[in-house]
Amino acid sequence: MHTFEFVRPADSAAAVATAAQAKTAQQGADVRFVAGGTTLLDLMKLNVETPARVIDINRLPLDKIEATPDGGLKIGATVRNSDLAHHPTVQRDYAVLSQAILNGASAQLRNMATTAGNLLQRTRCVYFRDTAMPCNKREPGTGCPAITGANRTLAVLGTSEHCIATNPSDMCVAMATLEATIHVQGSKGARAIPIGDFHLLPGSTPNRETVLEPGDLITYVTLPPPVAGSRQVYLKLRDRASYEFALASAAVVITVGGGKVTRARVALGGVGTKPWRSPEAEAALAGQPINRANFRNAAEAALRDAKPQSENAFKIELAKRCLTHALQMATV
Amino acid sequence: MQTIDVRSDTTISVTVNGEQQAITVDVRTSLLDLLRERLHLSGTKKGCDHGQCGACTVHVNGRRVTSCLTLAVMHDGAEITTIEGLGSPDNLHPMQAAFVACDGYQCGYCTSGQIMSAVALLKEPCGPDDADVKELMSGNICRCGAYANIVAAIQQVRKST
Repeated sequence: MHTFEFVRPADSAAAVATAAQAKTAQQGADVRFVAGGTTLLDLMKLNVETPARVIDINRLPLDKIEATPDGGLKIGATVRNSDLAHHPTVQRDYAVLSQAILNGASAQLRNMATTAGNLLQRTRCVYFRDTAMPCNKREPGTGCPAITGANRTLAVLGTSEHCIATNPSDMCVAMATLEATIHVQGSKGARAIPIGDFHLLPGSTPNRETVLEPGDLITYVTLPPPVAGSRQVYLKLRDRASYEFALASAAVVITVGGGKVTRARVALGGVGTKPWRSPEAEAALAGQPINRANFRNAAEAALRDAKPQSENAFKIELAKRCLTHALQMATV
Repeated sequence: MQTIDVRSDTTISVTVNGEQQAITVDVRTSLLDLLRERLHLSGTKKGCDHGQCGACTVHVNGRRVTSCLTLAVMHDGAEITTIEGLGSPDNLHPMQAAFVACDGYQCGYCTSGQIMSAVALLKEPCGPDDADVKELMSGNICRCGAYANIVAAIQQVRKST
């Protein structure tokens, strides 16, 4: 591991000011925040991330879960994933979020990982994680060996000729269906970013994964007031029963009236280069009678633009069945 | 309050198994390496060094964590419990006794992490079934395959408390 300067700022403003000196907030940043450290230290041990300065934000007052005036929820950036998943309000009103978090990682990692860190979780692509390999995300212009190589766990949605890396987060898929907003403190003040706008498609710049700029510190996430009567399911399909990333996953938040879908929010995990909210599936579900055929229809719509790689074509059918099944589970 | 600049070699204060220590460390030192290399508490093991096997599980302020994936300097002021702090040969923790009684190990390499993880599990929300225990212990892997007896040991302690 390359050496670095370890800094513990007194407050968020100091953290932002220190980080604002970085050249980038994206891949290879020279200044990094550390909270749980479960992604950052993993990548620093691999020399994929080599910050010259690491800013410890664990002692900033960003660790609360509170109600918002409009009846929603405010989740501090450094709230541990396990605390978030077990919070009674989350379990009662935002169950898909709790389910998604508890389906991810291990108990130890959930105790360490934070809300903001999970939003910034990095891909598990083996080429990205190996500095001996070319990788457009890690070193722009060097190529993507995954496209002709080992790509079984990589993406079928949102890919480009430059990068097919999957976003592996479960939490983000659930947050997409809950229409979370990410609140950032930056050197020019505070701003609020809808989660759908937070993560970027790889396009021709796979090294840029989010809209964050140097100095930007995620301070909290807000969820809108819970939707009365919504049924929420997170279904994760993977090679092992636990402690394994998704091959395909689906989050659904669905409201039913008179045997028909009155409101649907759908997102997919394990198959996209970013957490994959599916307006196509939502449009296909709107007003439709709740039955398997209509659910399958919506799943077909969700995966219509999917592009298989050499080793992961199975994911397209798997994701369709995953979504169909999740919708069944939610409406039984 | 002022910004604290903590440079390459720094002194931290940690309470390990009830004993407070001041130690000077390279800033890159993981909590695991602090415990094993600097404090010579070798009960905690390094299996993968990337948070994937659980052999390095310890308690930080009462919570189970993978000590390989966190820096020692992040835990200045923390209370850390290792397997050495759980019990002694003459005074086994009930979980240690249960692992012996249920033969919950073969080579023993994962065992410290399994026991630390299991003890923390007792204070976490966990359903009653073996399947629930397996799910919550999924962060601790055992190459010898002692899982059935590990689960039995944990369930034995849960049913007796």
